[in-house]
Amino acid sequence: MRTPSRSLVVVLAARGLAPAIQLFALYVVFHGHYSPGGGFQGGVLLAASFVLVRLAEGYGAGQHQIPRRAGLLLGVAGVLLFGAVGAAAFLTGGNFLDHGRVPLPGFAPADLRSLMILVIEVGVAITVAAVLTAIYDELLGDEDDA
Amino acid sequence: MRLRNALVLAGMAAVLLYAVGHLPSRGDPAAPAHRRTSLAGTPGAGTYYLEHALEDAATPNVVTVVLADYRSVDTLGETLVVFTGGVACLLILRRRQ
Repeated sequence: MRTPSRSLVVVLAARGLAPAIQLFALYVVFHGHYSPGGGFQGGVLLAASFVLVRLAEGYGAGQHQIPRRAGLLLGVAGVLLFGAVGAAAFLTGGNFLDHGRVPLPGFAPADLRSLMILVIEVGVAITVAAVLTAIYDELLGDEDDA
Repeated sequence: MRLRNALVLAGMAAVLLYAVGHLPSRGDPAAPAHRRTSLAGTPGAGTYYLEHALEDAATPNVVTVVLADYRSVDTLGETLVVFTGGVACLLILRRRQ
């Protein structure tokens, strides 16, 4: 899919848009406590920004953002982060994913739940973004790998 | 054949539209989802979530609390589904090469 005559307009527009999309993705993830949003939606936005750079700048430039081999590893990391939060409640004898029992001193149970919800959303966002980017890489990546 | 398909589709659409017309309106406190006890007599969860989400998790967005706290096992499953779907995609696509 390497286009020899890459449009300057497309490249510059993608360069300008991608950071804005990433910033908005972080906003969607981290503001999910107060407004519609959360890990799934933010992760998709993050993946959209990565795919945009890969589309506009070529596959090689996108590799500097998220290398291809990192795709699945990040996907696993997100799921493991989620699972680790769930298993952390075991340490104090709580149930799986009982966020109030996570052993972090200095937090009221309600605040601890709020914090762990955020950690979970970050894990979901990492997995969704990594998996979508990995699928794109697998579909189109090799063809212009120079 | 095409006529039969069209008739089946039209009948399906009629059933769906009829059902939509009888859905409870949004925020209706008498809707089955908001009753304190379900039709089977068991306590309903929806009202508890709405009333206790803020004090339980210090998070104003009830949807987020239900998604990531009360029903976080479901969300863990969803994340695993996304990941498994991605792995399946990679396996299928890679075999082509």
